Amino acid sequence: MFGLDKADTRTFLFVIAITLLAPFILNPFPTDSALAQFNGGYPDLMQRFMIFGIFAVGFNILFGLTGYLSFGHAAFLGVGSYAAVWMFKLLSFNIIPAIALSILVTGLFSLAIGYICLRRSGIYFSILTLAFAQMSFAMAYSVLSNPSFNLTNGETGLQVYASDPQYLKGSGPDITHLFGLEMNATKTLEVGAWAFQFNTGFYVCAFFMIVAFYIAMRIFRSPFGLMLRAIKTNQTRLNYTGLNSRPYTLAAFVISGMYAGLAGGLLAAMDPLAGAERMQWTASGEVVLMTILGGAGTLIGPLLGAGFIKYFENIFSKINDNVLHTWFSLMPESIENFLVTIIHPFVGKGWHLTLGLMFMLIVIFLPGGLVDGGTRIWNKITGRNRTSPDVVASPKPAE
Amino acid sequence: MDAFLLQVLNGLDKGSAYALIALGLTLIFGTLGVVNFAHGALFMIGAFCAVTLQRILNISTVTLDPTKTNFLGNPLQVRTPLVETWFGEAAGQALINWSVPLAILFAIPIMLLIGYVMERGLIRHFYKRPHADQILVTFGLAIVLQEIVKAFYGANPIPTPAPDIFTGSFDFGVLIGFAENVIIYPYWRLVYFAFSALIIGMVFAFLQFTTFGMVVRAGMADRETVGLLGINIDRRFTLMFGVAAAVAGLAGVMYTPINPPNYHWGMDFLVLSFVVVVVGGMGSLPGAVLAGFLLGILESFASTTWATTTIPGINQIIIYLVAIVILLARPRGLMGRKGVMEE
Repeated sequence: MFGLDKADTRTFLFVIAITLLAPFILNPFPTDSALAQFNGGYPDLMQRFMIFGIFAVGFNILFGLTGYLSFGHAAFLGVGSYAAVWMFKLLSFNIIPAIALSILVTGLFSLAIGYICLRRSGIYFSILTLAFAQMSFAMAYSVLSNPSFNLTNGETGLQVYASDPQYLKGSGPDITHLFGLEMNATKTLEVGAWAFQFNTGFYVCAFFMIVAFYIAMRIFRSPFGLMLRAIKTNQTRLNYTGLNSRPYTLAAFVISGMYAGLAGGLLAAMDPLAGAERMQWTASGEVVLMTILGGAGTLIGPLLGAGFIKYFENIFSKINDNVLHTWFSLMPESIENFLVTIIHPFVGKGWHLTLGLMFMLIVIFLPGGLVDGGTRIWNKITGRNRTSPDVVASPKPAE
Repeated sequence: MDAFLLQVLNGLDKGSAYALIALGLTLIFGTLGVVNFAHGALFMIGAFCAVTLQRILNISTVTLDPTKTNFLGNPLQVRTPLVETWFGEAAGQALINWSVPLAILFAIPIMLLIGYVMERGLIRHFYKRPHADQILVTFGLAIVLQEIVKAFYGANPIPTPAPDIFTGSFDFGVLIGFAENVIIYPYWRLVYFAFSALIIGMVFAFLQFTTFGMVVRAGMADRETVGLLGINIDRRFTLMFGVAAAVAGLAGVMYTPINPPNYHWGMDFLVLSFVVVVVGGMGSLPGAVLAGFLLGILESFASTTWATTTIPGINQIIIYLVAIVILLARPRGLMGRKGVMEE
């Protein structure tokens, strides 16, 4: 089906099912119960699952397939957001032109950056992309927001004001919409103690995510994808066969840049704001982590990683000392206080510390990511020796 | 001419910091073949060594002085730092005043230890792993170190003044025949430049003129052969990692009076230092130092009003632009060796 073989069709249908049923799956606890804080089924978070899923899937096309580790992908996310908000400012709140422009602009932007960065490989490539991203960040923060040529609105962030032209707006709604369907419209379905929320914005994001995932799948299975893997496995040998690998890596770079642009456009479409902090190196590091955590080079890994990180970011940031005290209130006071003191630095504002630790632990102990770990556990249980078709044995990056 | 000299001088202090960090990065890369994304964090930790020493010296006893009152009418709290009660008032105050230079002594063992633990505990396990993994794990470590410092010292910059002796500026122009107050240069920046020149000289002398340094250089050229000669090269490389950490840390200690340290210093300097290393040529120590000073001076030229009005924002991006041009025109960098980090 859809030009995919049987196993891939199954994966694809699985992803579709999970995505469409996400409002149910992510809401396992009744609304009033103490565990409701672990529910992830509210619109804002679900939208982020989808958007960062797209971002990570796109990053995986570059890193997972070719082994080129880019540390500057957040720049594309930021550029996509800025482009989308400019469309809102100039045309109307309809998200289609905004997303179209953000993909187009990031495509061109990544073509220019990729053309330069891909002249080098290995760590040079990582450093170059990092430098470009920091340069874009610095420019968006200061240079491009001077009064005579205000492209990014600096520290405040780009947003839509009532005085903006919005030539095509007419009598359209005042919030982002898809031909009249407002993005923040939410229908709540109450079943017993549960309340499930169905949000238009989420389903728009889900649609784009499914399309993006399908395209990524086709790329993985195409001769082009095979060529990219060949680059990762041994670029030197590929060059000796008389093949110029640069057009392929450049194409992969641009495609993954456009995915990041789509993600940035969707971020702006859900909330018409764009700030320079989206382009910072921490954001680039986060998408790398998502991909590695899930499993670089696997199809479904980046989606898992993005969901995992965004979910725990959200949950961990919410936990404060009071919540901790209620958790451990059953224990004697001294142990309770001790546990709270131990956990305190890692939750709430300390989320980044947890993120960094997780980053290190994953790279040290589970370089294959969750998918690899899952396969290993599955092999232990069944006693079979099944390797996932996507995990290449002992992957080596292009150098 | 005077404006030109002034900008060269202004570029020297930032250039010194770049050169010192890039020197450490290159040392680690040249000896162990590891790309250390946590090197900026080491610079930052060095800076916070200075902050810590300042705080330790300022631990005080609080006594109430009934003869004086504060603005609320309550008895005035008099804080006497412990060092003043121990060593007498004058010596104690001098100690506090000189906390930043003293922090050098304080920082060296700490940074050596941190470097040793980092190499033995973490980096050692990544020699055989791909460069991408090394980058990622040190990147994670950088985040962790930075967040730990943030948890202890907060997110705001902490002022750490230089000794009073070094406040004010040195009228450099008078020396070479300009009018007064044309080319003036803060004393501390002069100290910083001299200090970094000293450190750079010491590192080079150590590598060039000692047996230990000779073995290390031999190991950089051909690790396997040196190992076959029965020399425990790993131990020496571990020590070099400690030295590189100490160099970065000292650069941080002495930079605190120029710019109050905060927890994201590490990353701010790291990206630029990487660019410096790439421009200087991966694996080339003189290249790293040269490129550090060159880029620091270039940045200071790009920050002049003339430059920023001609091309707005050029001061923010000049270093990256130079790096791009260099990489496209001379992919090996200014003084890069053949065969280092190539396909």
